[in-house]
Amino acid sequence: MIWYIELVITIMVVICGIAAITVRDLLGAAILFGAYSFMMCLLWAIMGAVDVAFTEASVGAGVSTVLFVAAVFRTSRRTKD
Amino acid sequence: MHDLILTIISKYNYWIYIVLLMIGLYAMMVKKNLVKKIIGMNILQTAIILFYISIGAKKDGTLPILLHTHHTGHHLVRAADYINPLPHVLMLTAIVVSVATLGVALALAIKVYHQHGTLDEDEIHARIRK
Amino acid sequence: MKVVGLIIILLCGGLLAYATTDFPNWGDPTSPAAMHVSAYYIENAVTDTSVPNIVTAILADYRGYDTMFETAVIFSAAIACFLLLRIFTPKSSQSRLYRHIATGITLRIEPGGKLPEKSDTFERIDSSWVPHDLIIKTACRLFIPFIQIFGLYVIAHGHHSPGGGFQGGVILGASILLFAVSNDLRSTISRMGEKLTAFLCSAGVFVYAGTGTLCMLLGANFLDYGALASLLGVDPVLARSHGILMVEIGVGMTVMAVMVSLYYILSSDGKLNEGL
Repeated sequence: MIWYIELVITIMVVICGIAAITVRDLLGAAILFGAYSFMMCLLWAIMGAVDVAFTEASVGAGVSTVLFVAAVFRTSRRTKD
Repeated sequence: MHDLILTIISKYNYWIYIVLLMIGLYAMMVKKNLVKKIIGMNILQTAIILFYISIGAKKDGTLPILLHTHHTGHHLVRAADYINPLPHVLMLTAIVVSVATLGVALALAIKVYHQHGTLDEDEIHARIRK
Repeated sequence: MKVVGLIIILLCGGLLAYATTDFPNWGDPTSPAAMHVSAYYIENAVTDTSVPNIVTAILADYRGYDTMFETAVIFSAAIACFLLLRIFTPKSSQSRLYRHIATGITLRIEPGGKLPEKSDTFERIDSSWVPHDLIIKTACRLFIPFIQIFGLYVIAHGHHSPGGGFQGGVILGASILLFAVSNDLRSTISRMGEKLTAFLCSAGVFVYAGTGTLCMLLGANFLDYGALASLLGVDPVLARSHGILMVEIGVGMTVMAVMVSLYYILSSDGKLNEGL
């Protein structure tokens, strides 16, 4: 695979991961977690694991994000750290 | 020195997985909010899945789906042409189990919120001790 | 606490990085993970089961026992969520909110009061109401049938392309979640109720285990699909392919029902009256 695309996606994965746990707004953290899931799905598709990438795209970037947003809706949105 | 550079470049997929694993572990240990801990748990799970998938990759291997099987008869399939499908199978199970665990963890967090009115770990400890 | 956490993860990361010097290189065809069993699976999957997608063949046939217990795990996650959060309140003891469409006045009817009969002047709303968003509702109504057809296609075509039971089940569940997010939760529950969801959850696991028991009743081992050849009237290789399709359908049903059930319980605090 073209190595610089892979490098960019890898750096994006790490940045999304660090941002998802640092942001103070829980709704933003849930959306960033969805973006992190989708970047991981791309990484696995590059490595040739198409079934796993399909599952992660539908489960991680789809249902998992919706469940997080529903839970944040029912509890509070602000967090102290 | 040249040896060290070569080692780092030829095994760089392991470094990514170690970085993500440590990010997830840090979030689970240090963050006080319950939802942040749950996000850290999921980051840890996806990092482990990345490790297994990267074990299964092969140089010049193609996807583990066979083509032209019913037309040209059963000619020989060489294992070195296709990437290893066994870690993919195990990780499919892992992804589905991770979403099930996420559902139960979020249900527990909502229950804690009903009981104590907050999702912050320090405040919950203070209220339990009172 | 933060400093202790940083020290711990630096130590742990350093130890793991030191351990990676012993691992095989990336992409090595002679690494231990790629020999032995995996080579057998790649070379013999099509001759044994006539399914070109090797991952589906391993998942549902060679390692079918693991997949059955994984389906049971996700079913038990739905049960756990249900037992944690579900609250049953009788419908007559809640106050309802109605809105007069022409003027925008909101009525709150306490339990025991007289409810407005079904007419066009009053609509029932949730406690967090936003104005009528026509674009989202219409766009989602156009999309949802195609998403469902795609989900069914992914389940049925799992033999030849990436896909299978899990992916198709999650896509089907996501279509119902889209309907619940664009319209409100109450209309979704009136279309796909809680009892139907619970029935589908358990029916999927039952189909999977039932296929295995059927093979056992026909004389072979548990989950040995070659025994279905006498029932279906084909040769054993094709019977294994059909057995894989049957268990994938079971898995798809369970996964779809579990996703929908988790959303219902999480977004409405267990009360199933109003949601996101």
